[in-house]
Amino acid sequence: MFAASFRFLLNARRVNTQIRLKSTLVIAEHNNEVLSPITCNVLSAAKQIGGDITVLVAGTNCDAVAKAASNANGINKVLLANSEAFKGFTSESLTPLILAMHNQNKYTHILAGASAFGKSLLPRIAAKLDVSPVSDIIGIKAPDTFVRTIYAGNAIQTIKVKDNVKVVSVRGTSFDALPLEGGNAACEPAPPGDYKTNLVEFIKQEISKSDRPELTSAKVVVSGGRGLKSGENFKLLYSLADKLNAAVGASRAAVDAGYVSNDLQVGQTGKIVAPDLYIAVGISGAIQHLAGMKDSKTIVAINKDPEAPIFQVADYGLVADLFKVVPILTEKLK
Amino acid sequence: MSRVLVGVKRVIDYAVKIRVKPDKTGVITDGIKHSMNPFDEIAVEEAIRMKEKKLAQEVIAVTCGPSQAQDSLRTALAMGADRGIHVEISPTEYETLQPIHVSKILAKLAIDEKVDLIIVGKQAIDDDSNQTAQMIAGNLDWPSGTFCSKIEHGNGELTITREIDGGLEVLRLKTPAVLSADLRLNEPRYATLPNIMKAKKKPIKKISSKDLGIDTSARIEIISVEEPPVRQAGAIVPDVDTLIVKLKERGHL
Repeated sequence: MFAASFRFLLNARRVNTQIRLKSTLVIAEHNNEVLSPITCNVLSAAKQIGGDITVLVAGTNCDAVAKAASNANGINKVLLANSEAFKGFTSESLTPLILAMHNQNKYTHILAGASAFGKSLLPRIAAKLDVSPVSDIIGIKAPDTFVRTIYAGNAIQTIKVKDNVKVVSVRGTSFDALPLEGGNAACEPAPPGDYKTNLVEFIKQEISKSDRPELTSAKVVVSGGRGLKSGENFKLLYSLADKLNAAVGASRAAVDAGYVSNDLQVGQTGKIVAPDLYIAVGISGAIQHLAGMKDSKTIVAINKDPEAPIFQVADYGLVADLFKVVPILTEKLK
Repeated sequence: MSRVLVGVKRVIDYAVKIRVKPDKTGVITDGIKHSMNPFDEIAVEEAIRMKEKKLAQEVIAVTCGPSQAQDSLRTALAMGADRGIHVEISPTEYETLQPIHVSKILAKLAIDEKVDLIIVGKQAIDDDSNQTAQMIAGNLDWPSGTFCSKIEHGNGELTITREIDGGLEVLRLKTPAVLSADLRLNEPRYATLPNIMKAKKKPIKKISSKDLGIDTSARIEIISVEEPPVRQAGAIVPDVDTLIVKLKERGHL
């Protein structure tokens, strides 16, 4: 009798874990002042998965960020962790915090944006959980089935994850941003603990200053390549970009030649952008560059070489000397 | 002086336009030009420079894959690595071999070979995962320095400059550590013919994942691999005015 009911309990428990409700932890990216836009894209991916959504905001002084995140519509809880330990948002300090949260709450999904921050952090968490992470997803077919690109965007892979916890980084440009309004999630402190690590010390950041919109979320991007011939000549693109309220990007050739800093690089190894309008100036269109921009709504190419591969993906191509036509274009946009 | 482990992967050459198999199970690799993953060349170069500066006593190159994976190991040896380890993976197992498996193998080798530093490329250009360095570091509880564009060696520590979204970041890591190389870390050398000949005599130890006690069973199921949507062919416009008209029509201006 006792044995039978005990077995019943065991079975009930097993069934229970199988139909365990989905619950997602989204790791917010921010600079202690504002939430990074990519986090809003990750939140809509989380909503697509379904179930409870908890957002972790960890930093040195990020109450305002937590408050902003709690306004997002459809999220259940914001957990706030303020500590000097999280200075520089190092993976080594954040991982134990996230593991502690996971031990308490047993999330089914742990998500972050596929930015430098998310890419550095998530695989470390996955290794500690002994699960295989999924990078840079562009679609969700089911809570365990994700779509991502491989080979510099030249093939699209659909994979089913067998591990019980899905650790996933999300391509920001593939999901709409969830607006930070209409919600009123509870804001609670994250589990306390000593997360200070002696493995790594944050020294400094050198962030390139710009008045232009941020590259990955800009509606219009003007990019330059080797054809610009010098860093000085990039001024042509800055003038054009200012007329269009556009961000400025670059090909690897332009970055390697030292025309612009490498955080402007668009491509497989740089930023992935998908603006409404992408204007490629003096860019031939190597596979690696196309990987970063071919999901743009409209692509314009300005290049004097009619054989340049960029024309195969461009909606509008102008075969001309950029030094002649870019100033004319800028002038006529007045 | 430290011992350095570098991970290398044989991938389809970066300049090849890949083709998806008609049965949607993967991409065509037979008869296609392969080379060492470009980011791994940078990792190997950095390790060899450490040896040349007498910061490293030995550079061990390791690869995981079927028999052909040895090509990349030989390239690493020709560039200047001292010896190689080939962790042989059967072709079928290799199809679902992921960073989780590779990172466990490299972590085990790091302990067995008593290395102080592991350098790998920031991502392989085939699966584009960008996970291995981070996962090795997680397995070993070592610090990770991802996307390095500069590595400075101190006593028991490394000062690294990382490429992050808004610019650059500087971190100081305690060694032992795991680093991943970004494109701008260095300019890899070409292996010269004499060095390629010499590399043929350098030892390559062949072992299996089972010898290391690492389970490589599949953690994912590949449902399909497909061609990306093809963009509609565009038009060449004759002048700037036409371009502006077209962009206005589409509501961009």
